Amino acid sequence: MKEEIIFAGFGGQGIMFMGKAIAYAAMNEGKHVTWIPSYGAEVRGGTAYSMVIISSEAIASPLIKEPTICVAMNGPSFRKYETKVKTNGLLIMNKSIIDSPAKRKDIEILNIPITALAAEAGDHRIGNMVALGALLGKRKIISQESLINGLKDIVSSTYHNLLPVNEKAIRKGFEYGSR
Amino acid sequence: MATYAVGVVIVAKKVLMCGNEALAEAAIRAGCRFYAGYPITPQNEIPAYMSKHMPEAGGVFIQSESELAAINMVFGSSLTGTRAMTSSSSPGISLKQEGISYLAACELPSIIVNIMRGGPGLGNIGPGQSDYFQAVKGGGHGDYHMIVIAPASCQEISDLTMLSFDLADKYRMPVMILGDGILGQMMEPVEFKDGTKLEIKKDWILDGCKGRKPRVIKSLILKEAELEEFNLKLQKKYNQIKNEEQRCEVLYRDDSEIMLVAYGTPSRICRSVVENLRKKGKKVGMIRPITLWPFPEREFKKLAKNVKSFLVVEMSCGQMIEDVKLAIDCARPVHFYGRTGGEISSEDEIIKEIENING
Repeated sequence: MKEEIIFAGFGGQGIMFMGKAIAYAAMNEGKHVTWIPSYGAEVRGGTAYSMVIISSEAIASPLIKEPTICVAMNGPSFRKYETKVKTNGLLIMNKSIIDSPAKRKDIEILNIPITALAAEAGDHRIGNMVALGALLGKRKIISQESLINGLKDIVSSTYHNLLPVNEKAIRKGFEYGSR
Repeated sequence: MATYAVGVVIVAKKVLMCGNEALAEAAIRAGCRFYAGYPITPQNEIPAYMSKHMPEAGGVFIQSESELAAINMVFGSSLTGTRAMTSSSSPGISLKQEGISYLAACELPSIIVNIMRGGPGLGNIGPGQSDYFQAVKGGGHGDYHMIVIAPASCQEISDLTMLSFDLADKYRMPVMILGDGILGQMMEPVEFKDGTKLEIKKDWILDGCKGRKPRVIKSLILKEAELEEFNLKLQKKYNQIKNEEQRCEVLYRDDSEIMLVAYGTPSRICRSVVENLRKKGKKVGMIRPITLWPFPEREFKKLAKNVKSFLVVEMSCGQMIEDVKLAIDCARPVHFYGRTGGEISSEDEIIKEIENING
């Protein structure tokens, strides 16, 4: 298996972190992984992305041109990446803040109210966790439990009180994605 | 269980780390106990990591007032026998050149890390490889060389950083680790090997001369013919290194008609190109220099016997290509494809270039 995933959205939506979280969990499942961030000023506002490759074999190029999966957390990144998703790939888009509908007919589209579901889970800021849950609901790349269990390792212990609400958001997204 | 700056706890043996952090951790494990640097993207994770973990290891971290100060602090700590390192990115490395020349002249073991970005000038923070000439031809003045090491993955960054400290001590000279913005920023699983086993008696350091003859370390050699003698001694050492330390990786050595040549991030992209074209039965291979100086000439000479042509892929306007031509004495056509200014070649672009060569 090999999945090439692009996460994109506003700086501040946790775009870097969601890539890190899934890459870390996949590594713990024995997969080969690479993670590339956008490291310019856009990370602090503007359209940021992170690229993750998860593969059962060693990864040569860590760069992604046509993602097999794209998670667009806001309008600008949806407009930028809709055309780039590989045929038969998956586009997850944040219905809560993206107004326009997807045009592609040759890819699978999951239009999901990410921000609203995050608010329901307890914090509107953890849409990234809802999106990751939805992604794993649609594509069983790794288990939901690996993702949840990995969080405590990559989140500073200062914020471990927030782990339960993040877990809730992941499960909510997973449920939505599995439908 | 060791905890890292990113908050990653080693559960298994492998840890997910970016290249910059892997480099810093490997340096500490290799016994580096002095680091000085001044911030610049895309290498800031190195000083950030060092600021937390170097004091824990009993070493010294200094955020210096300038790049110039940092390289000269490395000079000062190296001559006490301490394993010392500085890091920067392209514009900052330019500022360090005077100090590097002095390190070479005084034969001081030291590690200089350049995580290259787009140039010239301040350029941009995208990945680049346009400092190749500066690194391998001697960016400072005088007849000197550094060993220049070019890793291509986070694991290799860790392994080769440890090797670099050993080489620096073994040959008493500065070693440069030459990476690019992608390698510094990218995260991959890393498994840290054991630190150095090298035991070298440093009988030249300045550690107080009580009870022995004072030692002098200097680069000013004014007496007639003495400097030439010294330079020839350096050259002898460089020739030994050329003989013993050439390193590279070759994919599909035996039947390749076109050999791609790339180091660092472009070598990762070229590896994908080679794998994909091989599935289609195309006879394409790759040679990836791991030491840029000494350049792996021996391997190139061998390959030139069977390969029809070379295609050098760089994130520059063409620098390493000159060493390829020299290594094979222009015995085969050497083509070039490069992107510059922080841009990266895509697999498709490289494949198109290969098709052009095949006609």
